[in-house]
Amino acid sequence: MIFLRSLFIVIIFQFKAFALIEVDITRGNLSPLPIAVSPLAMDNETLSKFEKIFKKKNIGAEISKIVEDNLKHSGLFNPLKKDAFLQKPDIAHLKPRFEDWQLIKSQALVTGKVELVDGKLRVEFRLWDILAGKEMLALAFTTVPTNWRRIGHIIADKVYQRLTGEKGYFDTRIIYVAEEGPKTQRIKKLAIMDQDGFNLKYLTLGNELVLTPRFSPTNQMVTYLSYFKNLPRVYLLDIETGIQEVVGDFAGMTFAPRFSPDGKKIIMSFAKDGNSDIYTMDLESRIVERITNHPSIDTSPSFSPDGKYITFNSDRSRYQQIYVMKSDGSNVKRISFGKGLYGTPVWSPRGDLIAFTKLHKGKFYIGVMRVDGTGERLLTENFYQEAPSWSPNGRVLIFYRETKTNAKGEGFSANLWSIDLTGYNERQVLTKTDASDPSWSSLLGN
Amino acid sequence: MNLIKILKNTILVVLAGLVLTACASTKKVSTGQLQGDVYTGTDTVEYLASGVPDRVFFATNETVLTTASRETLRKQATYLRKNSSMNVVLEGHADERGTREYNLALGERRANSAKDYLMTYGISANRISVISYGKERPVDSGSNPLSWSKNRRSVTVKAN
Repeated sequence: MIFLRSLFIVIIFQFKAFALIEVDITRGNLSPLPIAVSPLAMDNETLSKFEKIFKKKNIGAEISKIVEDNLKHSGLFNPLKKDAFLQKPDIAHLKPRFEDWQLIKSQALVTGKVELVDGKLRVEFRLWDILAGKEMLALAFTTVPTNWRRIGHIIADKVYQRLTGEKGYFDTRIIYVAEEGPKTQRIKKLAIMDQDGFNLKYLTLGNELVLTPRFSPTNQMVTYLSYFKNLPRVYLLDIETGIQEVVGDFAGMTFAPRFSPDGKKIIMSFAKDGNSDIYTMDLESRIVERITNHPSIDTSPSFSPDGKYITFNSDRSRYQQIYVMKSDGSNVKRISFGKGLYGTPVWSPRGDLIAFTKLHKGKFYIGVMRVDGTGERLLTENFYQEAPSWSPNGRVLIFYRETKTNAKGEGFSANLWSIDLTGYNERQVLTKTDASDPSWSSLLGN
Repeated sequence: MNLIKILKNTILVVLAGLVLTACASTKKVSTGQLQGDVYTGTDTVEYLASGVPDRVFFATNETVLTTASRETLRKQATYLRKNSSMNVVLEGHADERGTREYNLALGERRANSAKDYLMTYGISANRISVISYGKERPVDSGSNPLSWSKNRRSVTVKAN
């Protein structure tokens, strides 16, 4: 802490015009930045109006709680307890008494104001640098009142961005498979929720097995595997309209779908006569292209963010390993050479890393490596875990874990977890039911 | 001198032989229900008809048929030739110790190994359809090698 302080002072003198507080997100943050998130101010009239709309006591406090929780869960910030705050929200929002906030050891402060203007929710917020005694950021949003949770996420994203220099990932959703029932007869449904677990919605009823949903880059479409009529096929679902359709006309199982980074194609595996190869289908022209042609199993394809390359896993060298090729299928190169089996490669949205699942000596790992296979780093080890999906800023991975059952075969559960790229800040992502196969959306608003 | 040398060598060879058998026996130890790691028991097996088991089992990450599996499939083929209007679905499965997508492909490959074998015994391809469930439909919910061995299977199911 003392070291950090002195660092800030140096920065203050050197770059007066720039961000004074900075959070380094490239390493596990052992001393998260102390930040005070003041409840958003509301006058009494606004308070009573919103109480009627939401049946919630204080929407300003609720929004600030969302901001606080997001920042806290990122592991980079330490939101301070509100009962230590000396200044009232409305006054702090106008002009904080910086000494008061320094006294409670806060280095940054978020203040704001909530109003109802022509039936719309208007939220204003400011981010303050306590040590420098300066405003760092001031923004206002107007939206329909039902969007109030998103406002909290957007504010958290803006604060995160201002203080770390990188885009946030809070105004996002997770699509996953909700699971129930005994291990031998799991009932699975597509479920979608905000990144923090709120606004849960089921997209299928559980009548047929569904697996591996993945968002399109625009967040409106989802591709997934469904066993509808006992024919495992890749489907496309429009979240807004609920319309779904089979992708392509394949005489066999299609699976492991993902969107191309421009959202125009779906890449997937097609299994026929005991052989799985990788195909793409253009969603507009419906043209199907075969990308790999090899007697081994080729699956779990994922495009690089520029669309020029594809990573996938194949057992062409006898066991599952990770490969990279050009998007036309040429120049296939194996990149995983460590001990064990490697699967589910996913290209980072930043382009520099591939996340994967590794199986070695009966343990499962989530890890990352550079796109040429060097610099392998294992982030977490467990009895069973797989299928990482990147946060849109490429800083966090979400994946699922399954538990070991006891001697009687009881005690099975499946849950979502997230971990920072640094290997720190591992947390369970709470879901209403058991959950697997998470896919992280892009930022919704920006 | 020579004799001693020969004796020494013989002893070494015998010792080596002992070591080898010891290795072999620890590797292929049979617990009664496992050979290598292929399930050989009958716990979960159902029957298409008397004496005709419905499923075959596989080693970890393998899709080749064992001798016992081939025998089971020959029985199935004989049964299907006798019941020539019957169609079947071969359901391929994997254990939980693999990634979901790879397991889907593996299950498909296992079911197709069984299909290919049935075809070489005269069952027409259009009577056989194949579906993979990957690791989605285990028959045993245990998290141990014996449970996993029961789940690595291809099951022949009557389709009509």
